[in-house]
Amino acid sequence: MSEITVANLTKAFGPHKAVDGVSFTVSSGEFVVLLGPSGCGKSTTLRLIAGLEPPSAGSISIHGHDVTRLGPSQRQISMVFQSYAVFPHLDVARNITFGLEVRGVSKAERQQRLARVADIVGLTPYLARKPGQLSGGQRQRVALARAIISERPVCLMDEPLSNLDAKLRHEMRVEIRELQQRLGMTMLYVTHDQIEAMTMADRVILMKDGRIEQDGTPADLYERPRTMFAARFVGLPPMNFIPAPDESGTVGIRAEDLKLTSGAGRLSGSVAGIEYLGADTLVSVEWQGLSLIARVAGASLLKRGETVGLSWDDAAEHHFDIREQRRPVARQFEHV
Amino acid sequence: MHGRFTTLHAWLLALPAMVLLVLFTHYPIVVTLFDSFMSTPKKHRPSHFVGLDNYAAMAGDPVFWKALTNNLIYAGATIPISIALALLMALIVNGRIPGRPLMRMAFFTPTVLPMVAVANIWLFFFNPNYGAIDQLLQLVGLTAPNFLGQQQTALWCVIVVAIWKEAGFFMIFYLAALQTIPPDLVEAAAIEGAGRWQILRRVVLPLLMPTTLFVLINAVINAFRTVDHIFVLTGGGPDNATNVLLYQIYLVGFSFWDQGYAAALTMVLLAGLGAAALLQFFFLDRRVHYR
Repeated sequence: MSEITVANLTKAFGPHKAVDGVSFTVSSGEFVVLLGPSGCGKSTTLRLIAGLEPPSAGSISIHGHDVTRLGPSQRQISMVFQSYAVFPHLDVARNITFGLEVRGVSKAERQQRLARVADIVGLTPYLARKPGQLSGGQRQRVALARAIISERPVCLMDEPLSNLDAKLRHEMRVEIRELQQRLGMTMLYVTHDQIEAMTMADRVILMKDGRIEQDGTPADLYERPRTMFAARFVGLPPMNFIPAPDESGTVGIRAEDLKLTSGAGRLSGSVAGIEYLGADTLVSVEWQGLSLIARVAGASLLKRGETVGLSWDDAAEHHFDIREQRRPVARQFEHV
Repeated sequence: MHGRFTTLHAWLLALPAMVLLVLFTHYPIVVTLFDSFMSTPKKHRPSHFVGLDNYAAMAGDPVFWKALTNNLIYAGATIPISIALALLMALIVNGRIPGRPLMRMAFFTPTVLPMVAVANIWLFFFNPNYGAIDQLLQLVGLTAPNFLGQQQTALWCVIVVAIWKEAGFFMIFYLAALQTIPPDLVEAAAIEGAGRWQILRRVVLPLLMPTTLFVLINAVINAFRTVDHIFVLTGGGPDNATNVLLYQIYLVGFSFWDQGYAAALTMVLLAGLGAAALLQFFFLDRRVHYR
């Protein structure tokens, strides 16, 4: 059963459409990431689903009920904000049980649920502290605990990790995903970070200019990007693009599919830069004014300015039509 | 050597403020305290020590008790009502409503006006013959009583004017504080299921507590300090109905020239305000969350 169904959702601020006819569903227990660059409408979409903004058009239903016209408190959701939105005047325990308290849950039950949730997120020793005495990561856990304790069917997260340092972000990524699976939460998660999207999501909805660019599994997005935008946005380094030989469009090739050859190969160019990453190395090769990046295993002995050949398998090619910048429908299943 | 210089430096920096405070606040208080134990100098009898006579006279002075009672009623009405109104107005003009800038300006205008000018405006409102209130009442066939001229209504008129003047001023502090509350907090509370009233009570009001404490202290001080409008509206009358402590001190000191008694009255007012300030800081401060 689908927990969240969004149909033709539109939000206009004046003449500008921040969200423009977006439709998707999220199934029960699924972890779906709304991914996109800043200003693509992903956060606005989340706020519309939360009921924090009224939509201009379209409908939203949660858990089988049409909630389009309902206020945020009636939507049976929990939400984790980018700023964490912990109440500075309440201690950790009261912050976590805030929702239960305003909904009139008995004190005994509140204490019981608090003990369990505080244990899950590892906040038990900090329950009497004020948020001002907590680190960023601990505040994040308070916000997380508040979402878990509500036991609501749907949890929305708005860039919850973007204020954390890199190491903590990695830990929390693993932890949130693990919690979501263990507790069977239905999660809709907004991020601009493709690594978060790729590592955590069951399904990624890539947005651009208020519209959905592609909706699929992380592997779909990476291996079968429907548009050049998707191909560029997902994957590091971004996909290489070269004009198709017959000028019918553009051919995209992933860095790891480009092979460096000592001979002529299919193209040849000069080495413009070498980035050593440890396990592999990114070699950028200049060819007809384009910079193509190849990923080679281990360290590379190449030097800047050296001429190298590039080759690839036909099967590794992604074809995009020149005007639409989309994968032509007929060739969609080429690699399946 | 270095440490000593730093200490000296610090004292020098503090010196100008300390000189002013001592000269115009602490020294006058000590002199007033001294004067309150002395008799008022007369032509052929210079001032001499009378002990607690001035205070004893005060205890037996019905006008003092009347002024004190009036002042407590005045404070008891103006403080909570002006603070509540200020908060209400701030919440109104902080929301998304049409004509917001106009409303903000309207609420704040009384603050800009001098108290004497405000009193003059209200003098016209309260006038029983051609006043604004009288004219409004005439529309429905009633006539206004002489608000300022009768004992039962005069004090309340003075209170209304003070509230009208002060609420807009306090609103500015509340408005500024409201705008520092992150909208995320209110949104998070709404998602958690809190209604508007619960959000106000559990999130907004606690976060406004530092402002409330500040406003409260100011309101208490003003309730014992502002008498400008009493000069214009009633002159303390009729029959001391609008007489308050500071006004009584003025009358005793500068109309009756009884300086010893005026000094004693001043000490009582000072002690009262000091006690109120201590109470506020020690009891309320603990309940206030400062961000």
